[in-house]
Amino acid sequence: MNSGQVTQDKKRNIVNIYWLEAKYEFLKSLRLPVFALSTILFPTLFYMFFGLSFGQQDFGPVNSATYYFVSYGVFGVIGASLFGFGAGVAAERGQGWMRLKQASPMPPLAYFVAKLAMAAMFSTIIFLLLWLLGFLFGEVRLAALQLLSIWAIMVVGSLPFAAMGLAIGYAVGPNSAPAIVNLVYLPMAFASGLWIPIQALPEFLQKIAPFLAPYHLAQLAFSVINVDQGDSVLGHIIVLGIYTVLFLVIALILYKRDEGKTFG
Amino acid sequence: MMTEAIAELKGVSKNYAKVQAVKNIDLQINAGEVVALLGPNGAGKTTAISMLLGLLKPSAGEALLFGQKPQSTESRIRTGVMLQLSGIPDTLKVKEHIALYSSYYPNPLSLAETLELSNLTGLENRWYGKLSGGQKQRLHLALAMCGNPDLVFLDEPTTGLDVASRRSLWEQVRGFIDKGKTVVLTTHYLEEADALADRIVVINQGAIIADGTPSEIKAITADRKIRITSSLSPAQILAMQGVSSVKQDGVALEILTSQAERTVYNILQEDNNATGLEVTTAGLEDAFLALTQERKAA
Repeated sequence: MNSGQVTQDKKRNIVNIYWLEAKYEFLKSLRLPVFALSTILFPTLFYMFFGLSFGQQDFGPVNSATYYFVSYGVFGVIGASLFGFGAGVAAERGQGWMRLKQASPMPPLAYFVAKLAMAAMFSTIIFLLLWLLGFLFGEVRLAALQLLSIWAIMVVGSLPFAAMGLAIGYAVGPNSAPAIVNLVYLPMAFASGLWIPIQALPEFLQKIAPFLAPYHLAQLAFSVINVDQGDSVLGHIIVLGIYTVLFLVIALILYKRDEGKTFG
Repeated sequence: MMTEAIAELKGVSKNYAKVQAVKNIDLQINAGEVVALLGPNGAGKTTAISMLLGLLKPSAGEALLFGQKPQSTESRIRTGVMLQLSGIPDTLKVKEHIALYSSYYPNPLSLAETLELSNLTGLENRWYGKLSGGQKQRLHLALAMCGNPDLVFLDEPTTGLDVASRRSLWEQVRGFIDKGKTVVLTTHYLEEADALADRIVVINQGAIIADGTPSEIKAITADRKIRITSSLSPAQILAMQGVSSVKQDGVALEILTSQAERTVYNILQEDNNATGLEVTTAGLEDAFLALTQERKAA
């Protein structure tokens, strides 16, 4: 009987489950205008308005279009992760969809890996779109290795924001989740110097910025084109790591609290 | 023993902060059975099922599926589930939802078989968000059946459906039962339990108060309710043939009986001044009440 079950389990194609889970997570989100449009359109429009339409100034070694390509790119990938996890988990939890998934034989990690893959895909779309606009209209000229480094930093560096979104998704209901995400997202992005360069922010915000995760992700990406503040790269990575662990722990606590709350 | 216990609750209780939702339940479900857990809202049916599915941890006792922990992959790949949902993602097509769920199982049905079994053929390219209420419910059912599991849980499968959609869904469940599968469903409709199950377990206030074939359970709930104002004492009436419970309600007495005509005759013979006679069909609630009181008396 035991051996029978083992062969049964072998017949499941685990790789295929992960692949389908990720594919449908992406398709589902792409077809949802409120998600697809807002995560892709906002950073694109911001970049066009504030990064490309004011003419070119010098930002140290690069022009302003290049500087803003990185800062609005970071802004965009943070949004994709925060909304993908925050609003997505809250909605699916509220519908009971998540309980059904938990009761199914789906490998539990597949749900989260799929959401990470989806956020990475959206991040890549945002990255490519901004780069294309910058290349065409802002004389953004970066070496392939620089581009690849910035892309990798953005995709991997959005992990703490996925964790943050997950915590929000477990903390609040489906109707309030998008609003809460915006309340966290927009002020945090502004204070981290993603919209206006950090040097141009009021002094008290400049002092707050180093405590915010987006500041550190932006500085990491800026370091590729030498426009960062000059802090240690390792320091940025450690802060982002602490943020990730902290919010994963919070999410886990909220998940435990959630168990059995929805019915009586 | 020839029978194989597929799902088991052994002395299981579940306490929430203020209420005890399930009180020391023992339940064994055997291969090939179609069991309905019948009870009013809040009786503890969903809590009981959630423990069998490993979604909730019992406060006491043990829940087993196929002799193993419900959370184990071995039991989950043999189990299909339909829960009470307010929805699943709107922007995926019927066939995409089914493809994803089928991939979780080692020997799933083909897409065509699943569509036919759930009467969704022709709708495979429609987004979930564009389906009607009955079609959505049939897709939830399809997700429970598409993996071709040995055991299926259906939690309130027809709640919120109109009569026609409910009957249509019953047809689909029967199609699955005919494949020799074990089915556990919860419902608060006796009609539904009767239409699908070969065993009905009545749950009220977290405890099992009756367990039998549909005809046995119907016999209990086929009681009629007599309201009458009489000088006879409740104890005198309770002693009469067929009477299962007597309750004082203001000046009148409320009597549950399996033999309404005989009971009325008996009462009038002993008290020809009795007034205000009303005879109605006892609802499930009355039957639960009667069963609960019998249990207390026993």
